[in-house]
Amino acid sequence: MRSYLLGAVMLALPALAQAAGGAMALVPARPDVHDQPSLQNGAKVYMNYCLGCHALSYMRYTRVGKDIGLNDDQVKDNLVLTGAKVVDEIRNSLRADDAKRWFGVQPPDLSVVARSRGPDWLYSYLLTFYHDPNPARPFGVNNVVFPDVAMPHALHALQGVQRREAGVVPEGAKSVAPVGLEFDGADLLVVKQAVMPDGSHERFADRLVLESEGELSPGQYRKATRDLVNFLTYIGEPAQLDRYRLGMWVILFLIVLFVLSRALYKEYWRDVH
Amino acid sequence: MKSMLTGLLEWTDARFPLTKMWDEHLAKYYAPKNFNLWYFFGSLALLVLVMQILTGIWLTMYYKPDAEGAFRSVEYIMREVEWGWLIRYMHSTGASAFFIVVYLHMFRGLMYGSYKQPRELIWVVGMLIYGALMAEAFFGYLLPWGQMSFWGAQVIISLFGAIYEPLAVWIRGDYVVSDATLNRFFSLHVVAIPMLLLGLVAAHIIALHEVGSNNPDGVEIKKKKNADGIPLDGIPFHPYYTVKDIMGAVGFLILFAAVVFFVPEFGGWFLESANFVPADPLKTPEHILPVWYFTPYYAILRAIPDKILGVVAMGAAVVILFVIPWLDRHPVRSVRYRSSLFKLLLAVFAVTFVVLGYLGTQPPTPVFSEIGLRLGEIYFSFFLVLWYYSRERSAACTWTVLVFVAVIMLIGDGIRYDEAKAGLMMKSALLPIGFYFVFVFLPMIAPGLNASKPVPERVT
Repeated sequence: MRSYLLGAVMLALPALAQAAGGAMALVPARPDVHDQPSLQNGAKVYMNYCLGCHALSYMRYTRVGKDIGLNDDQVKDNLVLTGAKVVDEIRNSLRADDAKRWFGVQPPDLSVVARSRGPDWLYSYLLTFYHDPNPARPFGVNNVVFPDVAMPHALHALQGVQRREAGVVPEGAKSVAPVGLEFDGADLLVVKQAVMPDGSHERFADRLVLESEGELSPGQYRKATRDLVNFLTYIGEPAQLDRYRLGMWVILFLIVLFVLSRALYKEYWRDVH
Repeated sequence: MKSMLTGLLEWTDARFPLTKMWDEHLAKYYAPKNFNLWYFFGSLALLVLVMQILTGIWLTMYYKPDAEGAFRSVEYIMREVEWGWLIRYMHSTGASAFFIVVYLHMFRGLMYGSYKQPRELIWVVGMLIYGALMAEAFFGYLLPWGQMSFWGAQVIISLFGAIYEPLAVWIRGDYVVSDATLNRFFSLHVVAIPMLLLGLVAAHIIALHEVGSNNPDGVEIKKKKNADGIPLDGIPFHPYYTVKDIMGAVGFLILFAAVVFFVPEFGGWFLESANFVPADPLKTPEHILPVWYFTPYYAILRAIPDKILGVVAMGAAVVILFVIPWLDRHPVRSVRYRSSLFKLLLAVFAVTFVVLGYLGTQPPTPVFSEIGLRLGEIYFSFFLVLWYYSRERSAACTWTVLVFVAVIMLIGDGIRYDEAKAGLMMKSALLPIGFYFVFVFLPMIAPGLNASKPVPERVT
């Protein structure tokens, strides 16, 4: 009995760790790395809009193709836009010193970004670029989940440009902090919490509204970014395509082995008990 | 065929004590027949050790101990090496599993008094294994060369610098954690410490088989033997405990595989998300945390406002475990026959250790630091009470202990007194006050609470 308890506690721990995470509630990306059309669309968006600056240099084109259901010819015709061979690593042609000069930092390789940031963060990040007229902003945009990020809004041709309409701060608020993101029709709400002088909390929200339209409708844009995040989630750990399926068999095998080894133990110990 | 094998065995036995060793350690090693669930963790620790060495050998075939290439080589293992992801996850999960198993194994020793005469050396060697294991885990954690690897190492090495600055430079081989540090940590992780560990494990088992295993009743089975000199309550380790441990190993592997295949990051406890960012000496991560198995000590370190004193306390928290056999001299070994208060004491100690571990993973807010400090006081008080419970104590002795502790704690609180935190300090002081009231003052007025039960002659 105690061993079951121990197991239950062990498996409950990750949830505890996540609950302790805190910070801002993000919009859920709900990635599904077994959804191949979504991965293919995500790969397309990545190769067209992201690869200019961000390499995926821990992966090779041919492996990506195999995992998302494309053969080498399809990969060559649809995904390789840099003149690379299909067996090459997915690299970009932006030179490090140019990048430093243009952006102030070298755009990071995104092979494992889904593991360090998490899918929900990436999804929220890609949805919350907004127009920021502050002359200190080099590309005229800012981001809600990554304030003052150096990156321009690379997907603005798809999304269009959002305007941030500040919510009304309750009078006398002592401090204000963003607590979460929520969809509201085509808009996105940045929910904030104000701490009032009497210690109570009041909620209000900034609203991200589309200022000028892009190629995609808000719904289509959400789908495209979700596919992109899904693709990056897969890129972060290609092994997850096999891991779960294999794990089931391993555990089933071990359960059978446990039953047998327990029977062996009972047999040997008959004369002791 | 049969005779050829027998012949080979005879030939070998004439030149090497093969049969003798087999008999001494397995077929004619008589272990008590009443081992319970807690007795699986020794063999499980051995299983994890073997697993770590095997997966480690294969990882070493592909890993590059080079600040430029280390992070990339780990991702290479995860993506391009056949079954590399499985080997890597087994190794990373194995590290945490090792500590889980070893902590439970140590707690078993505490519960059943397995460190008491004549098993003091088994405990001491075991503690050396624990120390080597901590070093092994610390060196290994730098190797993926992620942000948490880099900054975790930076913080821990700087602790040695707090004692004597050149010591930190000597450990790093540089003024910051660098390629030189990575190379030497790799060498220590794959060669030096594993060799040390194997030697210590051998010593641990040899010492154990010399005196024989303790058991949940704490009864010495060698005292009652039959005409052939075999303990009445003993059964040969092989085949009885080999088949039982096989069952335990498979049960453990089910849980282990569940983590490896379904939650290898274990929600950030086994693989931290910040470690998927390559080490960057110019960018400090928001929270630098050691891995969970170090956090109880880390909480003690952080709770003490003075850095050197904090380092000393953290070191003492580990070192004091070595001398447990000489602190607890109570004649009754097993918790089963010790007093109700002792049972409670052990439970409080376990809870304290776990809560300290939790606090060590949290940002050090004033409230958490304060609780951490009080729990640190309770952590060390456990050892004092362990000594105090060794025999019947006079009222004079009890009062001396209480006054001594009160003076030490008052001096400590006087030094760190801060008007802004006065209320918090007073409230949190109830933790150690309650502890001493229950465990030292209470037995004076109600001695029954601290009375041991009679120990049976034979195991139950």
